[in-house]
This record gives sequence, structure tokens and C-alpha cells, in this order.
Amino acid sequence: MTAFEIYTAYMTIVRKEIQRFMRIWVQTLLPPSITMVLYFIIFGNLIGSRIGEMGGFDYMQFIVPGLIMMSVITNSYGNVVSSFYSTKYQGSLEEMLVSPMPNWVILAGYVTGGMARGLAVGTIVTSLSLFFTQLEIYNLGIIILVVLMTSILFSLGGFINAVFANSFDDISIVPTFVLTPLTYLGGVFYSIDLLPDFWAGVSQLNPILYMVNAFRYGILGVSDIAVGYALLVISAFIVGLFSYCMYLLNTGKGIRK
Amino acid sequence: MTYALQIDQLHKTYSNGFQALKGISLTVEQGDFFALLGPNGAGKSTTLGVVSSLVNKSSGSVSVFGYDLNTHLSQAKCLMGVVPQEFNFNMFEKVQDVVIQQAGYYGIPRPEAVRRTSELLKQLGLWDKRNEASRTLSGGMKRRLMIARALVHNPKLLILDEPTAGVDIELRRSMWEFLTRINQQGTTIILTTHYLEEAESLCRNIAIIDQGDIIKHSSMAGLLKTLNIETFVFDLSQPLLQVPIIEGYSLHLASDTQLEVSISQGQDMNPVFTALTEANIQVASMRNKTNRLEELFVNLVSSNQTNLKGVSV
Repeated sequence: MTAFEIYTAYMTIVRKEIQRFMRIWVQTLLPPSITMVLYFIIFGNLIGSRIGEMGGFDYMQFIVPGLIMMSVITNSYGNVVSSFYSTKYQGSLEEMLVSPMPNWVILAGYVTGGMARGLAVGTIVTSLSLFFTQLEIYNLGIIILVVLMTSILFSLGGFINAVFANSFDDISIVPTFVLTPLTYLGGVFYSIDLLPDFWAGVSQLNPILYMVNAFRYGILGVSDIAVGYALLVISAFIVGLFSYCMYLLNTGKGIRK
Repeated sequence: MTYALQIDQLHKTYSNGFQALKGISLTVEQGDFFALLGPNGAGKSTTLGVVSSLVNKSSGSVSVFGYDLNTHLSQAKCLMGVVPQEFNFNMFEKVQDVVIQQAGYYGIPRPEAVRRTSELLKQLGLWDKRNEASRTLSGGMKRRLMIARALVHNPKLLILDEPTAGVDIELRRSMWEFLTRINQQGTTIILTTHYLEEAESLCRNIAIIDQGDIIKHSSMAGLLKTLNIETFVFDLSQPLLQVPIIEGYSLHLASDTQLEVSISQGQDMNPVFTALTEANIQVASMRNKTNRLEELFVNLVSSNQTNLKGVSV
């Protein structure tokens, strides 16, 4: 295939993916927005006003970057896992597998779809947060870089989950038992400085901690982790997961008979 | 000579140990209308799955118009269109979007994809349904949608795995006409079917696969010539009480107005008609008792299975 044909194939998947989540916006865009508004009201306003400051900022300001990141993570992951699994389940994945499109284009198309939904929800949540607090941008470059890298990383994760899933139950196991606990324990609601040394050390094994802190640095200018190190860790995860996705596609594991 | 499809020593063993293909070799000439027949579980769909790269082969080689799937997969895929046995499109997409998206996967720009889709949907009688969700189509329409989707990139080889399964006779005939037309325009077609009448009337060459082995690979005409005895049913105008005796021919009464006549290879039917006319027996109509290919197919498969049982004993 020529470069233009590859681009056309890639854009076909991207267009299909964006149309899919826009068509069912009541299921894809609305619920995370409502959930986050509830977080802002309950944790930010009601409870947060009694907590006082954290990391030198009022509690609402402190948790907003984490909650935006949480939206990006869950929606990037959720979009790819549900879309790719339904494609596999309905058999329409075969449409792509019989075509001359290279495997990396299939992966790139789905990851871009996941990013589009993650970023769309992230933008909506950011806009809603402005009703509750003022957001000052400390470093726009870091914000954009971290949010893009995070959505790529979790889109790749969603893809792997979808490849191995054999039922619709399987696509909710990882988000429920892995992703949600890691997100809650990833410094969204607290600074790891509050934890005893042992648990602060354990928290550093949690990749989401790096993303939340790097993103918070971009907005507030504070982070529990050195930002350069955080970006390195996220990059390493992206490379690892991308390589594994390509291995799965090239060998046909969970996809071809 | 470059074949449309060349399969050499193809083996496939599934992860549960089931050996679906035991080293089959097969060639399909360019422009051919080829039937791949076999009983359920014989290996037809596995063979087509390997060719269309949906099934990983264990060993052997497959090439499409000279492009080896191991080394030139992308070029080979560009030349193939696949219509699988099961409906495998997104049931929530609009009919036209299913076809347009498939064109996109082949790198066809959207305006051209839209043009080709309109053309195919009109040819296949789906134009009025273009904006409806594909899940609302009838079974026959879904089959036609899969054919439109497989043809949108103008493949030189069209692979159809039981394209007329569950389709009513009127629709089946219109699909035969459509397939015959595109074959005459130069598209090579490989077809699997359980309707042997379909294979006999459409296909010029045939392979029969059973238990992972090719047990017959020849021209349709050549295969039909090997049929030793054909039985014809004569519908009589008047009831008959006694079977006439015609030397060299076997006759028997299926009912008082139906006479069955068995004709061996090399015999002609004129003596039968002469004798019946002399005996003042009027024949209103005549037909084959069974489909000729069906008879051969049953004979070949049952004799292969008997041989295999003999070997295993």
C-alpha cells in the first residue's frame, strides 16, 4: 500500500471510532461528566472545604488535575476495549484482517479513537471544573504532553484487554479490579507525602501516580515525582505495551484461528 | 502459468490437536469458476480461512496470482475479495457505511468509495436500503451486502463460502446470474456450497475435500463423465400396470404413472423411447432422479470414508 492508501485506511478507522462514541454520547460522554461533577461537589466543595490545603493549594484545586486525568484514563481505556472487543465479537474485525492494511495501522486507528474520546471527556471535565475552581496553567507543554501520552498508554492497555477478552464480562474485569484501585491510589485525592515511607515507596510502583503528578505539575507547578522521571516512566510503558500489541497482532493471538 | 490460486502441501492443525488439513494441494486457473465441495467439517472453510489469512496455517504454501502469502501478503490481499459463511459486518452500521468502510481499509479515497458503493448497492438491489442499519436486512440481503463489500476494491479473485445458504430460490437464481456475469467479466470465483445443483450449473472445475484431504480435483465435465449409471424418471400420461421389458435397460415402476429407467454410461435413450412408443406408452415429462453431481459426491465421500475406516482398522 502507498503512504496515501495507508493514511486513508487509518482515517477510515479513526472516523468510524469517533462516529461510534459520538453516536452513543449518552453512554460515552455524559456519564463521566456527571460523575466528575459529583466528585467536584462532594470531595471538592463539601468535604474539601473541611480538609483545607494540600500541597500548598486548596483541596479542590489539588484534586481537579487528578480527576481530569482519571477521566482521560478510564475513557481512553474504555473506548478501545469496548469497541475492539465488539468488533471481534461481531466478526467485523475480519473486515480489517482480510484487507492489506498493515497491523500497526489497525492499532494506530483504535488508539487514536481511544485518545479522541479520552481527550473529549478530559476537555468536558476541565470545562466543568471551571464552575468550581480557578485553574491556572503552569506549563501548557507538559499538560499537553502528559495528557496525550496517558491516553495513548491506556488506549494500548484497552487494546490488550480486548484481544484477550472472551466475553463482555472480561472487558470490565481490568477496569474494575485493576484500573480503578490504581487510579484511586495514584495520588488523585492525596499527596503521597501524607503516606508512611513504606506505602509511599509502594505507591511509586503505581504507573498512574506518575501521570497524575506530571499533569498536576503542568497545572499547579507541584508534583510528588520529578516530572522528567515521570515522563520517562510513561514512555517506557508506552513502548512496552505498543510492542506487546504488535506482537499480538502479528502472531494473531486472540484474533486469528 | 500463473494460477489465480495455488495451494501446495497445506497443513493445518488447531491448538486442540485437530488436524483440519492434511497437506492439500490445489490449483485454480485465472478466470475459472471453481467449486470446493465437501461434507461439513471436511476442511473447506479452514482452507478458505488460510487463503484469506484469517486462519494461521501450520505449514505449506499459498499463492494468489503468483504472490506468496508468506512474502507478499499485502499484494495478495489486494487481489482477493472474501464472502464468509457467517454474517460478519457491524450490525449497527448503515448498509452503505459497511461497504464504504471496507473500501477505506483498502486505501480507496472516500469519494471513490462512495461512488463504487452506490454502483454495487444498485447492482445487488440494496440501494433502497442504503441508509438502514444492516441488522434490519433480511438474510438474503445480508448475503448480498457481504458480496458488495467483497467487491468494492475490484478483486480479481472472489472467494465465496456458502453464499446462498438460507437464501430463497428466486434470490439464489439472481445471485447466480450476478456471479456468472462478474465471472464473464474476468473475476475468478471460488465457491463452496452444499447446493450441488448450484456447483454443477455454475462451476467449470471442482475439488472435493473430505477429512482434510482432496479426494477429487478435476473439471466438472470430466467428473460428471465418470458417473456410470444415471436414473431418469418418466412421468406417464396413463397409469401402467406392467413394466415393459427393453433389452439392455433396467426399468421399474415407482408408481403407476412413474417409470424409472437406468441408463449406463455409453448407452443412449433412443431405444427406450422407441420401445415405449411401440408399446403405446406416452411419456408426459422426464427428469433426472437425483442431481448427477450429488450422486457422484455421495459416492466419492462414502468410498473415501470406507477406505479411511479400512486403514484405521
